[in-house]
Amino acid sequence: MKYDVIVVGGGHAGCEAAHIAAFMGQKTLLITMNKKNIADMPCNPSIGGTAKGIIVREIDALGGLMGKIADQSHFQIKMLNSAKGPAVRSLRAQADKVTYPQNMLKALNKTENLEILEGIVEDIKVKDNKIASVILSNGAEIQTKTLILTTGTYLKANILIGSENTEGGPHGEKRSNHLSDNLKKLGFHIQRLKTGTPQRIQKNSIDFTKMKEEHGDQEYYTFSFDEKPCYQINEQQKCYLLYTNEKTHKIILDNLDKSAMYGGYVTGIGPRYCPSIEDKLVRFQEKERHQLFLEPESLYYDEWYLQGFSTSMPRDIQEKMVHSLNGLENAIITKYAYAIEYDAIDPLQMKPSLESKVVEGIFTAGQINGTSGYEEAAGQGLVAGINASLKLQKKEPFILKRNESYIGVLIDDLVTKGTKEPYRMLTSRAEYRLLLRHDNADIRLRKLAWNIGCISEKQYQNTKNKIEKIEELTNLLKTKKLKKTEENCKILKDQNIDLPYGFTFYELLKRPDVNLKLIEKLIDLSYESLIKEQVEISIKYEGYINKTNRDIEKMLKIEEKKIPEDIDYNKIKNLASEARQKLIQVRPESIGQAARISGVNPADLSILAIYLRKEYGKE
Amino acid sequence: MEDTICAISTNPGNNGAISIIRLSGPDAILITSKIFSNPKFLKAESHTIHYGYIKDNMKKVDEVLVMKMLAPKTYTTEDVVEINCHGGYFTTQKILELLLLNGARLAEPGEFTKRALLNGRINLIEAESVSDMISAKSENARDLAMNGISGRLTKLIQNLREEMVSILANIEVNIDYPEYEDEEIVTHETILPKVKRIEKELEEIVTESKNSKMIKEGIYISLIGRPNVGKSSVLNHLLEEDKAIVTDISGTTRDLIEGTFVLNGILFHLIDTAGIRETNDVVEKIGVEKSKKTIEEADAVILVLNYNEELTKEDQELLTKISSKKNIILVNKNDLKQKIDPSIYKRKNVIEGNTLESEGLDQLKEKLIEMFHLAELQQKDINYLSNARQISLAKKALENIKNVQNQIMENVPIDVLEMEIKEAWNHLGLIIGETYEEELIDKLFEKFCLGK
Repeated sequence: MKYDVIVVGGGHAGCEAAHIAAFMGQKTLLITMNKKNIADMPCNPSIGGTAKGIIVREIDALGGLMGKIADQSHFQIKMLNSAKGPAVRSLRAQADKVTYPQNMLKALNKTENLEILEGIVEDIKVKDNKIASVILSNGAEIQTKTLILTTGTYLKANILIGSENTEGGPHGEKRSNHLSDNLKKLGFHIQRLKTGTPQRIQKNSIDFTKMKEEHGDQEYYTFSFDEKPCYQINEQQKCYLLYTNEKTHKIILDNLDKSAMYGGYVTGIGPRYCPSIEDKLVRFQEKERHQLFLEPESLYYDEWYLQGFSTSMPRDIQEKMVHSLNGLENAIITKYAYAIEYDAIDPLQMKPSLESKVVEGIFTAGQINGTSGYEEAAGQGLVAGINASLKLQKKEPFILKRNESYIGVLIDDLVTKGTKEPYRMLTSRAEYRLLLRHDNADIRLRKLAWNIGCISEKQYQNTKNKIEKIEELTNLLKTKKLKKTEENCKILKDQNIDLPYGFTFYELLKRPDVNLKLIEKLIDLSYESLIKEQVEISIKYEGYINKTNRDIEKMLKIEEKKIPEDIDYNKIKNLASEARQKLIQVRPESIGQAARISGVNPADLSILAIYLRKEYGKE
Repeated sequence: MEDTICAISTNPGNNGAISIIRLSGPDAILITSKIFSNPKFLKAESHTIHYGYIKDNMKKVDEVLVMKMLAPKTYTTEDVVEINCHGGYFTTQKILELLLLNGARLAEPGEFTKRALLNGRINLIEAESVSDMISAKSENARDLAMNGISGRLTKLIQNLREEMVSILANIEVNIDYPEYEDEEIVTHETILPKVKRIEKELEEIVTESKNSKMIKEGIYISLIGRPNVGKSSVLNHLLEEDKAIVTDISGTTRDLIEGTFVLNGILFHLIDTAGIRETNDVVEKIGVEKSKKTIEEADAVILVLNYNEELTKEDQELLTKISSKKNIILVNKNDLKQKIDPSIYKRKNVIEGNTLESEGLDQLKEKLIEMFHLAELQQKDINYLSNARQISLAKKALENIKNVQNQIMENVPIDVLEMEIKEAWNHLGLIIGETYEEELIDKLFEKFCLGK
C-alpha cells in the first residue's frame, strides 16, 4: 500500500494540504494525533485580521477550505480598516472553537481520495535521497511518494508556566519526541521557537459592565467568493475592550524574575509583534496602559479569551494580574497563560515550492517553517499540497509571485530571508499591496488555479462571471455622460456638489469628491455591491495601480535573470563572505530573489551578475 | 580579483615634473620588485616609501620613489604600489610597459574605483565623487568632489530617509494594528507638517545642487552676433585671461566649445557660433538659425551689437531669441559714431565698450559674476549633489513629496499616498546606493576615467 501524499499533522496547514492534494486526484492520507484536534484553534478564537483576512480570501480563490469553514463557523465578523484605503481592508471573524473544527472535519470526511488516520509519526525513511515511508510510534510503516510535514508546535514541545516546564503540546496532547531529531539526521537544520497564549476566563465571573462593547459590522460579509452569508447580523456576539492599569503594571514589574521569559527559563525566540504583557511593559515603559480584549471562544462553552495578556508568569502571579483588571476582580481563570517552545526547521532549506532542498519529496508548511498564525499555516499548506500533486503529475511547481498574492510574499520571505522568530504576515511586507486586495483575490488567482486544476469548474465560472460584470459596468461608466437635465441639477444640488456636465461618469469618478454612491443617484447601476466595489477601486485608484504595475514590471525583469542551479558560489571571487554564505544557504533562483536576501548588498549582486555574464554568456 | 592591474594615474597631458603609475592586485608588490632596484622593497612594511631606480634588465630607466601599501588599508583594499617617476611621456610609458611585461594588466577605465566599490571600500556616492574629482577642472570642483568623499552628503540623505521611514513605519503600524488606539494615528493633518519639512530640505538640496553642477561642470556661455560686430575680439579678450586652462575637451556638446576661462574659481565654456574666427575675412552667412542651437545649450548668452550700426532685422531676431535666457548685451565699437537705436539701453544688462581698447570687458566679467551669484557661491558650504543622475533622483523624490501634499488636499487615503513617500525614499536610496539596480552600477563604471 503506497500513498501519493501523506500529510503529518491535522492543523490548519495539514487540512488544506490534505484536502487540495486529494482534490487534485492524489491518494492522500492525513495522519493526526487525535481527530478531535483537527483544525484546532489553540490560541485566539478568530480567523482573518489585517493581511491575514486577505490570505483567507486567497486560500478560497485557490480552492482551499479555510474561508468556507470560517463562514460557517463564526459569531461575529468585521471589516478592519474600512475607513482607510482599499488596499488594506481585511475581514476578521470570531470563529467558534467548537464548530470550526467540526465543520472542517466534515469537509475532509466528504473529500474523495482522502483518508484520516490517528497516530504519531516519529521517523521518516528515505531511499536515494527521496522520501520512501513514515514510521509511526506504534512501529507501523506507511509508504508514500511525497510527504507534507505540518507538525505545528508539536515537535519536542514544552509548555512553560513560570518556572514550570512540562513536555507536551497544546491541550495536554503528547508531543512528537523523535521526529525533529530524525529530521536533523536527514540534514534539516532545526531551530527552537517560542510562542504563547493568554488566559481563558470563566464567563460568569466577568463583570462586563466595566468594559467597552465591541460589535460586529452591520453589513453581511463572507470570506468565500462562492458562498452566501449564513449568519444573522443581529445574532452576532459582542467582544469587550478593557485596559491594564497601574496596579497591573506594578504586579508584573515586581515579579519579572518569576516569568519564564525574564527568569531565563526560555531558550526559544518569541515573536516581536506578539509580545507577552511583561515584554510590552519592559519595552514600552512610558505607556500608562495597554489594551486588552475579551473574546468568547465558543457558543458551546463559557470560556473567554483574554487577548493581549499573554504571559509566562507563574499561576499565583497570573491570578493577581488578572484580578487587578477592571471587571475581572473576581474572575475565575479556567486556563492559565503559557508559553510554548517547539522545534522548527530553517525555511531557508525549502524551495519556493515548499519542497525541501534536503530530501526530494518532503514538503513542509506552517509552524514547522517558522510561521505563526492559522492563516499563514493554511496558505502554506495549500501551496505544499498543490505542489506535491503537481510533482506527482510531473508538472512545473506552482509558485506565486510577490505581485500576485500575500501567500507568494509569505513563502518568498520564508525561503529567501528565513526567520528567526515566528513569522506573521503584515500588510507592510507586501510591497504591491495596492494590487493584493481582499476584494480581488479571486480575479488575481482563479485563472492560475484553474490552469493547475485546484478549483472546480463552478468556482472558475463564478469568477469569470464577476470579471464580465466588472467589464460591463466599467464600459457603461466610460460611455455614459452626465447630462444637464433638470433632474440631475436637482440631485447634485441636493447633494451639495458641483460637477461639470458633458463628462463621462468614468472621468467624474476620478474626482476626489465623487463616489459610486453619488453616481448611482444619477444613473441606474443595478450591479452587486462586490462588482461596484471592484469598479470603483480600479477607476479611482487607476493612477496608483498603474504606478504599481510599472514597479512590478521592473521587479519581474530582474526576477527573470535566472541563476543556474549548478552555480558554485565558492568560485566567485570577491563576494563578501557573509553574502557568499547566504547565497550558498538560500541558493536563490534569480537575481531578483538574491537581491532580497539580507546581507547580500548591491556590490555582491554586481559581482554575481558579472560572473553570470562571464560564465554563462549573455542572458 | 585574481589579476593585478596597472595604469598611469596622472594626467598624461599634464607636463608636470612627476608622473605616478599605480598597481593594484595580489601581485602588485612582486611585479614591482622585479623592475625596482631597491632590494628592501619586497620585505618592507606596509605604507612605506622606497628610493631606487627602475631597471630594464641592467639598464637604468628612471630614478623613482615607490610607495608600498598592503591590503586591506588601501584604496582598492588590495595590495597597491605607486611609482613616482620623473614625468616625461616616454619614461612613463616605458615603466608601464615593463610592468605589463612582468605580469600586470592594463587597467580598464575606472577599474581602480570599481575594485574599491566592489570590495566595499567605498560606496556608490563616493565612487561617483572620485570620478568627478578626476575630471574636475577647477578648484571649486575639486573641493566639491572632496566633499562627496567625506560622506557628508550621504549623511544628509540618510537623515531625510530616516524621517521618511519613521512616517512609513507609523502608517504601517496603524494599518496592521487598527484596533490599537494607543498608537499615534497618522492623519492628513499630522503628516502634512512633516512632509512640508522634508520638502523644504529636498528643495534646498536640489537648488544648491544646481549650483554645484555649475561648479563642477562649469557654465556654458554662447557668444552671438552678426559678423563683424567684434565677437572674436571679445572671445580673445576673455580667453587671454588664462590661456593655461584652455584645453581641448572632447564630447558632443563640447565640440562647439571655443575655449574656457575661469572667473571666481568657476569654469566658463564659450560656445562658438560656428567659425567666428574665420568671419573676419570670409563672407559667411551666420544666420539666426545657426545661433539658435547654441542659445539653447547655453546657460547664458552674450549678444554683441554694433554701436555704429542701426539694428538689423537679424539683430532684432536675436534679441527676441535671447529674451528667455540669461543674457548680456555688449554694445561694441562705442568709439565710433552712435547709430544704434537708443531704445536698446532700456534693456537689462547692457554694457557699452570697445574691444579695440579693451573697454567694457571687465564690466562684462562682473556682470557674469553677478548673474550667477558667484561671489556668494564661494562662501557656501558646498555639500550637495553634484552630478546629473543624483540631481534627477533628488528631483524625483521632491516630486513625490509634492504629490503627497496634493493627495492630502484630494483626501487620498494615507495608505495609498504612502506609496509616494516610499518612492521618494527609494529615490534617495538610489542616490546613496542603498537600492539595487544593476544597470546603474554598469553605467557608473562606464563613466570612470582611467587613473583612479
